Amino acid sequence: MEKFKSLPAATRSTIITYAMVVIAFLIMQGLLSVGAVSNSTQGLLVPICAYICMAISLNLVVGISGELSLGHAGFMSVGAFTGVVVSTALAGSGTSGPVRLLVAIFAAGVSAAIAGLLIGIPVMRLRGDYLAIVTLAFGEIIKNLLNNLYVGLDVRGLHFSMSDAASLGMAEGGKVVINGPQGAVGIDMISSFTAGFLLILFTLFVVLNLVNSRSGRAIMAVRDNRIAAESVGINTTKYRLMAFVVSAALAGMAGALYAMNYSAIVPKKFDFNTSILVLVFVVLGGMGNIRGGIISATLLTVLPEKLRFIGDFRMLIYAIVLIAVMLVSNNRALMERLHGLAGRFRKKGRAPSPAVASKDGGDLS
Amino acid sequence: MTRTEGTYKAQAAAAGKRDAAKQRERTKMVPVVTDSIIPERDAGQTILECRHLGIDFGGLHAVEDFNLTVGKTEIAGLIGPNGAGKTTVFNLLTKVYAPTRGTILLDGMDTANMTTDQVSQAGIARTFQNIRLFDTLTVEENVRIGLHNQVKCGMWSGIFRLPRYWLSEKEFHDRSLELLDVFNMADNAGDIAGSLPYGAQRRLEIVRALATSPKLLLLDEPAAGMNPSETAELMEIIRKIRDEFKIAIMLIEHDMDLVMGVCEGIAVLNFGRIIAKGTPDQIQANPQVIEAYLGTQETDDATVRGGR
Repeated sequence: MEKFKSLPAATRSTIITYAMVVIAFLIMQGLLSVGAVSNSTQGLLVPICAYICMAISLNLVVGISGELSLGHAGFMSVGAFTGVVVSTALAGSGTSGPVRLLVAIFAAGVSAAIAGLLIGIPVMRLRGDYLAIVTLAFGEIIKNLLNNLYVGLDVRGLHFSMSDAASLGMAEGGKVVINGPQGAVGIDMISSFTAGFLLILFTLFVVLNLVNSRSGRAIMAVRDNRIAAESVGINTTKYRLMAFVVSAALAGMAGALYAMNYSAIVPKKFDFNTSILVLVFVVLGGMGNIRGGIISATLLTVLPEKLRFIGDFRMLIYAIVLIAVMLVSNNRALMERLHGLAGRFRKKGRAPSPAVASKDGGDLS
Repeated sequence: MTRTEGTYKAQAAAAGKRDAAKQRERTKMVPVVTDSIIPERDAGQTILECRHLGIDFGGLHAVEDFNLTVGKTEIAGLIGPNGAGKTTVFNLLTKVYAPTRGTILLDGMDTANMTTDQVSQAGIARTFQNIRLFDTLTVEENVRIGLHNQVKCGMWSGIFRLPRYWLSEKEFHDRSLELLDVFNMADNAGDIAGSLPYGAQRRLEIVRALATSPKLLLLDEPAAGMNPSETAELMEIIRKIRDEFKIAIMLIEHDMDLVMGVCEGIAVLNFGRIIAKGTPDQIQANPQVIEAYLGTQETDDATVRGGR
C-alpha cells in the first residue's frame, strides 16, 4: 500500500482504472457462473462493453482533445458493418469464432480510422460549434450511405452496389450480407462478454498510454491553450487529427463488437441519438475523466432496461436521474459532505474504493 | 501544339519567379543605414533582422516600416505607449499574424512561408502578456510540452510503450527538471500550473519557452503585476538566461526601471513606427520619446502633426 501511494498520481489513477474494470469483470463472471444473472441482464453485457469502449474513445476527442464531436455513432457503424462483412467472408474458411472476431474487430478499426481520417482532414479546419455541427452532418452522411449500401458474398468473392440487391450480380447460392436499409441479417453472433472485456482493456490501454506520452501531452496542450501550443512548436492540426482518428478507430472496434452480438443490425441503429447517448456518458462521467465515463456508460445502459417495468415512464425517470446527477455533482456543499463521509470510512481502516477516488473529477483516467 | 504551349508555360513560370525574386529584392535590398541598436556588440552577428516589416488591419497601419536587427546575445527592449503596436510586432515575428509587407530573417533564414509552430522550431520562443500556460497540467508537463520538438517519440511508440517511449520519457523528465532547477522551480514540478502564484506562473512561462531551445526569446511584459523586489529578481533572471543560454532576448515592458536596467539597446515604437533607437541613456534623453510618453504642449501641436 505504501509503495502504491508513492507512485506518481497519473500512474496510480491508471492502475485504479484497470483494477476497477478487472474486478467488475471477475464479479460478473462469478455471478454468471452461479446463475445469479437474469437473461435480460446477460443480453446487456456485450452492449455495455461496447458502450464503455465508445465512451472511452469519445472521451479522447471530447475530454482530452477538447473538441465536441456529435457524429461518433457514424464511426461505430462503419466498424459494425465492416466487422460483419469480414466475419461473414471468413465464415467459410473454417477459422474459429474468436479468431474471426479478432480479425473482424481489427478490420473494423482500420476502416473506421480511414473514415475518421477522410472526415477529419476537412473537419479539423474548424473549431468549437462549427466542428460539432459538421461532425453531426458527417454522422448522418455515413448513416445514409450505409442505408444505400448493398454487399453480397458468393463463390467469386464480395460484391458491392449502391442501388439494390439485384444489381449485385451474384452467382448461384450467393448471400446478401448487407441489404441496404434492412441492414445486415443472419450475423454469426460471435461476440462474447470476455471479448468485450478484452476490448475494453485494449481501448483503455490505447487511450491511457496515448495520454501519458509525448503525443498525448501535445493533444492536451492544444486543448488547454492553442496559441501557446503553437508557440512551443506543436502542429495543432496534426495532434487534433491524431486524437480524432484514434478515437474513430476505437469506436469502429466497439461497433464491430456490438454488431456481432445480434443476429441482425440496421444502419438506423447508429443515428444521431446514439451519438448523443455516448456524449451523455462522457459528460456525465466528467469530461476527460475516463473512469467516470466507464461508470456512467454502465449505469445508463442498465437503467432503461431495469426501468422497463414502469413502461412509458422509464424515459422520464431516466431524464430525472440525469438531471439529478448533474445537479448533485455540481453542488459543492453536498460533494464536500460526501467526501467527509468517505474520509470517515477510510479512517476505519478500509481501503479507498475506486468510486471515492474518482470523485475528484477532472483528473485524467 | 504541345510544344508552343509548353514553352509558353515555362516562360510564364520563369516570369513569375522573376517577379517574386524582384519583390523580395525590393523588400530586402533597400539600403538601410544600420538598424542595430548597438552595432558594436556581437560584431555584426545578428540573429533577427526585420526589413520594412508592416501589417495593416483594414485601413489601419498597425505596424509600418519596422526595421530592426538584434545581435546574437543582445538584450533588446521594445517600448512605447499603449496601443503602439509592440505586441503586434511580437505576433508578426512569431507568425501569429502574417505580415502585409516586409521580411523577417531569423539567423539569415527567411521566415516568409513558415507557420507559428515552424517559427518556433526555427528558434523563436515567446511568453505572453496575459499568461498562457497549460493550466490543467502540472509544471513538469508544461516544460515537457516545451521540449516537444527536442525529444522525439512517435504515436505508436507512445501507445505500445516501445523502448523509444521509455528512453524519451526519461529524457523528458531529466531535461525538464534540469531546466526547472535553473529557476529554482524543481520542487514545484508536480504542482498544477494553474494553481501557482502569479510570479511563479510568469517564470514557468519563461522556462517553457526556453525548453524549445530558442535562439531568440521574446518576453511580452514579463514584469507586469510584479512588485519591485520580484522585478529585481526578474532582471537577474533575464541576465542569467542570456549568460547561461547564450541567446538573444527581446522584451516589451512598461516598467522603466527594468527596461533601463537590463536592456542594452532600446527601440521606441509609437503609432506602429519606430521613433527612436539607442542605448538606455540615449533613449532617456531623446525629446521625441519624452513627447510620445508625456505628450506635448498645446502650442507645439501643429508642428507635431506635421512631424508625423
